[in-house]
Amino acid sequence: MAAAAMSEDPGLLRNLVQRRAVLVALVIFSVILLAALLAPWIAPASPARMSVRARLSPPLGHYLLGADAFGRDVLSRLLYAGRISLLIGLGTALVSTAAGIVIGLAAGFFRRLDAPLSRLIDAMMAFPDILLAIALVAVLGGSVANVVLALSIVYTPRIARIVRAATLVIRELPFVEAGRALGSSDLSIMIWHILPNIVSPVTVQATFIFAYAMLAEAGLSFLGVGVDPSIPTWGTMINEGRQYIDQALYLILFPGIAISLAVLSLQLIGDGLRDALDPRLAKDV
Amino acid sequence: MRNYILKRLFGMVVVVFLVLTIAFVLVRLAPGDPAALMLGPDATPAETAALRARLGLDQPILVQYATFIGHALRGDLGRSLFFDQPVLSVLAHRAEPTTFLALFSLMFAVVIAVPIGIFVAYRRGTVADQTAVSAAMLAASVPSFWTGLILQRWFATDLGWFPASGYGGPEASYLDRMGYLILPSIVLGIVNSALILRFSRASMLDVLGEDFIRTARSKGMSEARVVLRHALKNAAIPIVTVIGLTFALLVSGAVVTERVFNIPGMGNLVVGAVLRRDYPVIQGTLIVVATLYILVNLAVDLLYLLIDRRVRY
Repeated sequence: MAAAAMSEDPGLLRNLVQRRAVLVALVIFSVILLAALLAPWIAPASPARMSVRARLSPPLGHYLLGADAFGRDVLSRLLYAGRISLLIGLGTALVSTAAGIVIGLAAGFFRRLDAPLSRLIDAMMAFPDILLAIALVAVLGGSVANVVLALSIVYTPRIARIVRAATLVIRELPFVEAGRALGSSDLSIMIWHILPNIVSPVTVQATFIFAYAMLAEAGLSFLGVGVDPSIPTWGTMINEGRQYIDQALYLILFPGIAISLAVLSLQLIGDGLRDALDPRLAKDV
Repeated sequence: MRNYILKRLFGMVVVVFLVLTIAFVLVRLAPGDPAALMLGPDATPAETAALRARLGLDQPILVQYATFIGHALRGDLGRSLFFDQPVLSVLAHRAEPTTFLALFSLMFAVVIAVPIGIFVAYRRGTVADQTAVSAAMLAASVPSFWTGLILQRWFATDLGWFPASGYGGPEASYLDRMGYLILPSIVLGIVNSALILRFSRASMLDVLGEDFIRTARSKGMSEARVVLRHALKNAAIPIVTVIGLTFALLVSGAVVTERVFNIPGMGNLVVGAVLRRDYPVIQGTLIVVATLYILVNLAVDLLYLLIDRRVRY
């Protein structure tokens, strides 16, 4: 009976398939995360150690994933680069979420702040993300912290917009009115009544920002305007490897696969979270 | 309706004003003296002072702001330090390849993604559907410059089907120049088609579940007519919106793609400006692109009026 119902309901079946995809994504992302965290213990060599004799030696030889133009072990660099790329993605997701919640709550809760903050969010979102990030890094300088700051400024409006929209709805619900009648302050209403109800959409969006920020970081590093080129990230590895693309395609192949897998698994996790946390938000996109 | 358009125009003016303000503040976020940063460590104090005076940086901040806004409203976005030309003419000079790159890749994305999105929505849950959705997700996860580098190596360097990079010399014919944009447009189009496909599919799925579709079918109307005439017409609005929204994605993608294929467009210009610390060019590009984005989205909103007669503001 249950099996028959399941086969008749394509939504449920697809949900299950999707969950399986989420499971696979979680496993892939955990492996990437663990590999990056454990880099100092599992990397076969130091990411900076050069060996003239090993210059551009192909994969599956002495070096599992080959060596770059300076004879550095690509696998070790890939593991260490993952630390920075993931750190920038996670840092951006956390900072932009925190800032976006504050701005979005203020805009949604205080009517007088709504118009100016909303127009500011519109204006910020008119700048294409890479372009604004380039300009910000150009001004702030290319340290890891500055790249996180720049990308956080770029992505904060996305969180703020979602928080504002949710706050506008929740603010009018009876339990908020009840809280107010009981004498709760604005701050305590925002923290205890509104915030718990916006956790789901914000978590989903933060997961996507984690993914976008990693893509943007790679883009910035590829353009040579991201973190200092001496710091290995997946983006800087591709940028360095591009000069040798005719002799050694693997130099850009492996970091590209690493970024794509990390971003893809994060997007799948984001989709899964959206379905699991709030079925009403589950969209067929 | 006139009121709606006026309201939208007023809102637009406010946002453009904020865009100008953000661009003004951005350059002044630099730690230390922007003039010293622009000139680099070799500049003498006299040179720095001269540049400060030329850029008006020695004035009080409010005077600087008023001057900046006044000039910008008259279409003067300052002078490039490197090219020693007005920023707008430097940008105009580089606009052709970027515009065509964006247009071609948008065309590529729409031609590929909209029909596929509609088709798989109609065949929801089938292998074709799952494949298209997975492919779109993959396309949105792979960095476009990486796809670009790999396609460039395969199709341009190895197979020689397309020119590998550049935009032809100054003497290249119009058609030659466009030939240089084919591969870059495909690369940029792949990324954009991911978003457009997902939206076309979702929007078609919404419409296919509506009552009037069932009514059309129950009247004995042919499936082709139901899908193409009734469903597509109603699914068009969200699709048009997302095409407007991909503008920002297109510009971001163009910056990176131009770098991969060494196309002398606005993207390459702005990256060069960052490396040369040519702040007026960075600022000018931001303003021009953001204003275009705002105009494109206004145009999209107004387009609704033409597509859907139910929309009345």
